[in-house]
Amino acid sequence: MTEHEHYEAVVVGAGPGGAAAAATLARYGIETLVLERGVEAGSKNVSGGLIYAEQSAPVTVDDLFPDFREEAAERPVTRYYLHNVAGDRVETFDLGRLHDHDTEWADAVLRRKMDSWLESQVHEMTSETGGGLLTGIRANGLLRGDDGEIRGVTTDELDPIEADVVIAADGVASELARDAGLMDWEDPGQWFQGVKAVVDMPAETINDRFALSEDEGAAHLFSGDLFSDVRGGGFLYTNRDSLSVGTVFHLDSLVAEEAEPHQLLDALLTHPLLAQWIGEDYREREYAAKLVPDSKKVALREPHAGRLLVVGDAAGQMQAQGPIIKGMNHAVTAGALAAEAYAQAKGRGKPDRAGRLYAKKLREEGVMDKLRPRGYDLVRTVGERDDVTEVVDSLLTSRLGRLGVRALGGNLERLYGSPRLAAIVPDTRTPYVTLPTVIAEELGTRVTETSRVEPPSLEERIGELTYDTDVGNPHIVLVDDSYEASGAAITACPVSAKGFGGGCYREELVRTNGHEERLVSLDTQPCVECGTCAVVADTEWHHPSGGKGVVFDEG
Amino acid sequence: MHTLVLTKGVPDFREGKVSFDENGHLERGKTPTVMNPNDAHALQAALQTRVRHDGRVSVMSMGPPGYKEVLQEAMASAYADDLYLVSDREMAAADTWATAITLSAAIEELGVPDLVFAGFKTADGETGHTGPQTCWCLDMPMITHAVALDVDEKAGRVRARRLVEGDIAEVETVETDLPAFVVVDPEFEPSYRTARDRLTLKQLRATARERAESYEDVLTVWDHADVNVDPDYIGLDGSPTIVSSVDPIPKPPAEREATMVDPANEAEMRAVLDAMRPFASDAAAAGGD
Repeated sequence: MTEHEHYEAVVVGAGPGGAAAAATLARYGIETLVLERGVEAGSKNVSGGLIYAEQSAPVTVDDLFPDFREEAAERPVTRYYLHNVAGDRVETFDLGRLHDHDTEWADAVLRRKMDSWLESQVHEMTSETGGGLLTGIRANGLLRGDDGEIRGVTTDELDPIEADVVIAADGVASELARDAGLMDWEDPGQWFQGVKAVVDMPAETINDRFALSEDEGAAHLFSGDLFSDVRGGGFLYTNRDSLSVGTVFHLDSLVAEEAEPHQLLDALLTHPLLAQWIGEDYREREYAAKLVPDSKKVALREPHAGRLLVVGDAAGQMQAQGPIIKGMNHAVTAGALAAEAYAQAKGRGKPDRAGRLYAKKLREEGVMDKLRPRGYDLVRTVGERDDVTEVVDSLLTSRLGRLGVRALGGNLERLYGSPRLAAIVPDTRTPYVTLPTVIAEELGTRVTETSRVEPPSLEERIGELTYDTDVGNPHIVLVDDSYEASGAAITACPVSAKGFGGGCYREELVRTNGHEERLVSLDTQPCVECGTCAVVADTEWHHPSGGKGVVFDEG
Repeated sequence: MHTLVLTKGVPDFREGKVSFDENGHLERGKTPTVMNPNDAHALQAALQTRVRHDGRVSVMSMGPPGYKEVLQEAMASAYADDLYLVSDREMAAADTWATAITLSAAIEELGVPDLVFAGFKTADGETGHTGPQTCWCLDMPMITHAVALDVDEKAGRVRARRLVEGDIAEVETVETDLPAFVVVDPEFEPSYRTARDRLTLKQLRATARERAESYEDVLTVWDHADVNVDPDYIGLDGSPTIVSSVDPIPKPPAEREATMVDPANEAEMRAVLDAMRPFASDAAAAGGD
């Protein structure tokens, strides 16, 4: 093999997982190079917006970066509610107990601000041990030796780089995890898709409307019939001077219902329940979207291959169970554990054991149990069968079921607050739609306000986003443009819609030899790089080159 | 490696900065002086050399004392270790010939560097003479229109890709011994293919602006005696060029209205194509490709 530049450790991705890994490696004195494809860390990142520090976690973000909460976070979550919605009837549960369970603190964050702060910290720390952090560099695959073993990474911008350990923290659409054959994106049932609006609002207005002080924040969750039958829910988190309002749905359900993600977000934004917080003064700073792995199904039990250790979303480490949505904290823990595993394995003279040691740490520290709860697999075999869902749903909506809900009354709030129950909630219509609807119908009170929110159109939303388009070099190629293979992307893509010509995916009718054919066409210019179409359409999917593509200002 | 960048202050011709009187003459007093825009590429070439081969970057200019700020701008915009201003009343009103004599004398005083970089012509004179004439005075090998550079320090060679006759469509690769003089084309692209180079670049760039705040600490000002030139051969006295008169360029005959079109916007582009169609159909009939 030819002579390549060498670093002891290469970390790909400067989100929380990569930052934690790099900071830990640097603490061990290891020469570490961090590669981030965005123009700045955070410019490619989107999250709903809560980062947790769990009491049971071996490492939290403020352990590694002591000033994190002060410098990089928004407001702490001091109130936590779930709203069960049926039409204009709402029954609100205080889920403070569920939220507080195992929570040392939880803060709302905006990723551009958070990750760019982490970037400067990580660059400083890694510079001291002979490395550093580079932005605008896209790792596009693994460097392999003649024997096929992983030796390092290849990038669009630099010559290949060799490393003794590669930590892939390159996010949900990880090209390294796929190159290593650890992840695929075949089954929509393994993914969620979230869309989010960051809504401008002065701090005083937030304090006033949410009855908060400067250092308090609220989290509101929404479920029930406001998204028709699409399985998922909504959220609203308070930042310092903005709100994060979003929706998260099972991707298979979005596809099956042919639902438009931006319209589901609008359904939440314009619901009368939100009229108490947002009104005529609605101003959207940014529309964003993200694909979310369902850790219950895809979290890798052995997230490693040779010298490659995979952390965070790239390894499917995103816990979404019932109302609990935790990703960034697990990425931080996993990043730190992966780095520790390498440092310790190397210390024992067996660096090639790093991967196995990392997986062992994930198990022993209880991370894997959170990502893939044992109870869920048991419940799933029975609870996610369609016929069972039918029976449970019809029972719930029957007079008997309704009586039961009424009889439970206040106890329901307690049941919803059970962390153990939340972990095993089946992924069916029942907990997302049917139960909350029945609860709201039977126990809820009517919302009397009317919404004055006028959300921007999809065209306006795309128009507000910043892009550095790599002209003539589209990062996604449509392999099969038949409607059967790729038509689902027209609705499921968060920046495409039926009958909308300004999005990524469009339907086209082509007349050939007298008959009409339904085809799909793709324009990657408005792409927000979520990865949805990689799952629901037949594409060759890559990230754009370093610094190219969408640039999120809020994230 | 020691590299030197030659730069010049020019009137800021950008919209909103430049000022003309009613006869169309430049109002020098009302127009700020900035670093010649083309020199930015020469600075990039020097920065690339510094990143890849370490060493020192000097920046030099000949001009009035106000050019100190031009040198500061150069230092802030790319990178410089030390600055030289060759400045003296005797040098005033020099043409490119007298300037070349002065600069080459100053470069000899500095000690001939491994590489001297100049930008491709200035925004005011537009002659493109000063660089090559300075090179000629120094009797160095010269590469013009360089768009990419590679230095082999051990072999003492520089290899460049250059535009033949300044034409972007025709590129050739040339090589010469160090020390050499390189005129950097505006199409020059610095290339950093290793992470270590990128990290060095990041570190140099991070401190460039801050270091330029105290540029006077690294600034040396020389007069004609410092660089050992005879006053008869520099400035107005040493300039054989005679400017007989200057004619203002007539204004364009008509003010046309421009419509900005976003090429990504299908509807807008369609309107453009529709407007062009009547012209295109004739051309198509004539058998164009």
